[in-house]
Amino acid sequence: MTTATLEQARIKQPLREITAWERLKVDRHWLGFWFMLPAAGFLILFLAYPLGLGVWMSFTDARIGRNGIFIGLENYQWLSDDSIFWLSVFNTVLYTAVASIFKFAVGLYLAILLNEHMPFKAIIRAVVLIPFIVPTVLSALAFWWIFDAQFSIISWSLRHLGLIEHNINFLGDPNWARSCVIFANIWRGIPFVAITLLAGLQTVQPSLYEAATIDGATRWQMFRYITYPLLTPIIAVVMTFSVLFTFTDFQLIWAMTRGGPVNATHLMATLSYQRAILSGMLGEGAAISSAMIPFLLAAIMVSWFGLQRRKWQHGESSD
Amino acid sequence: MTDFAAKLAHPKAVLAGSSPLVDHSEGMSYLQTLPKRLVSLYLPLGLIVLILLFPFYWMALTAIKPDEQLLDMESVNPFWTTAPTLKHMQKLLFETHYPQWLWNTMFVAISATVISIVASVLAAYAIVRIRYRGAQWVGAAIFLAYLVPPSILFIPLATVVFQYGLFDTPYALILTYPTILIPFSTWLLMGYFKTIPFELEECALIDGASRWQILVKIILPLAVPGLISAFIFCFTLCWNEFIYALTFLSSVENKTVPVAIVNEFVDGDVYRWGSLMAGALVGSLPLVVLYAFFVEYYVSAMTGAVKE
Repeated sequence: MTTATLEQARIKQPLREITAWERLKVDRHWLGFWFMLPAAGFLILFLAYPLGLGVWMSFTDARIGRNGIFIGLENYQWLSDDSIFWLSVFNTVLYTAVASIFKFAVGLYLAILLNEHMPFKAIIRAVVLIPFIVPTVLSALAFWWIFDAQFSIISWSLRHLGLIEHNINFLGDPNWARSCVIFANIWRGIPFVAITLLAGLQTVQPSLYEAATIDGATRWQMFRYITYPLLTPIIAVVMTFSVLFTFTDFQLIWAMTRGGPVNATHLMATLSYQRAILSGMLGEGAAISSAMIPFLLAAIMVSWFGLQRRKWQHGESSD
Repeated sequence: MTDFAAKLAHPKAVLAGSSPLVDHSEGMSYLQTLPKRLVSLYLPLGLIVLILLFPFYWMALTAIKPDEQLLDMESVNPFWTTAPTLKHMQKLLFETHYPQWLWNTMFVAISATVISIVASVLAAYAIVRIRYRGAQWVGAAIFLAYLVPPSILFIPLATVVFQYGLFDTPYALILTYPTILIPFSTWLLMGYFKTIPFELEECALIDGASRWQILVKIILPLAVPGLISAFIFCFTLCWNEFIYALTFLSSVENKTVPVAIVNEFVDGDVYRWGSLMAGALVGSLPLVVLYAFFVEYYVSAMTGAVKE
């Protein structure tokens, strides 16, 4: 009898040892919590909190070295009367629209060219990506030198070809400056668009083109009715990224023109840096960068719903 | 969510062009004659590649041109140099803080990348395999975090960095860069972890392995390509980062290469171009060398970034 109860007690003992601590280590949801902790810590402390803080700061008159007090919409009211702010909004929209359209068109064209069979294919494809690898500021400096007012190689070439009389003041004239920064942005963005679209292109079945050739389709028709529809989902994602990063661009402008001449190339990001950090008006700068948020949301929405509509037309379930 | 993953070619194939689905080598190219291909393919391609590479040629050429040839474009053809010189390089490396800036950039980039990869591996594994309550929502939130650009965060972050007493130290960058890197690499690694068969984990669980042991002994060895992709891409992003480094650092010795070049070399001197371009060239070289060795991983990181 006694041995039997002892036996029972010994069996029960390990069962009792599963404590709350053991549960924390084994339970799926708690385990997930521990694994998420480092990433979530960083993202909450240095991303979500500053995002909220930024919106809050835009309602205060904070300056460098002094916490602001709540002043409601005054910063936004002030900005709505500020012609430089509206100029920067115009510049940002123009910059994003023109650069994105060109990046898309040339990027897609380049992707189609790279998809052809040719010698040294792998090397050419690898070389195309180099502008994307090199830090933007450093390539922007190269462009700064190429577009120099006195020693520009472009001016020199055009002059020796007899096309112009005097050097073009590339970064000194408002419209030229805008074109130059847009060109540099397109140059920098094309490799990303081209290589990601190339990855999409390679999954298009060649038999579709063969069938279309037999049916007598031209190259344009093949592109319009086979390539483009099949690529739409990946185009939507790539262009969302492209628009997003072009809209919030800072470093290219800062390295090439710093917003000049006469604010002609100020984007919202560079203007907010100038107002917040250089002039010390943190509240006003925060208001400018918060004003970018609606534009960004709109860009995400447009491409997201564009994507959904396409899926729906294809009769796929939207997962 | 898996839709795009299926629609993108394998990174190796993106470069070599031989995915199992598509084989253009025996395709319809015989329908085109050589002259036609010359006009429709080689000419435009050559032109685009030329424009894409010209700034680098110009950068390199300027870095080795003597000053008098830089400013006198009439007597010598500016597209070439007859007397290459290492004077600008020497000035850059021995008369400025450039080696210090390179070291700063390297230190910040490697620290931030390592921290981010560790955090991302844990997070991605938890989201994909532990599947705790709300894991899908966390995954979506991380994707959204990827879309938050640094240029709307730098003003509030500057005040946060100042309050924590990190202003003008490398730690300001080491702690803020992960906010750019973690969303990206978590997203990338989630894609990789999904491709590892979960039967392996089930076997390990039956053998009594803990989740931690599974992660370290089974998942990570199998996900090495993904880790390399994430690592080099994060490293590139750190090296490229500008606005945080510009805002959070003020003393000359602490700066990173991109910020230092823009701020310290740009003065009124007409002879600055040689050392400026030398600085840009030397600053780009580590990434280009890294890229040359890991092209495929870069491509997989890029295409992985747009997968949903």
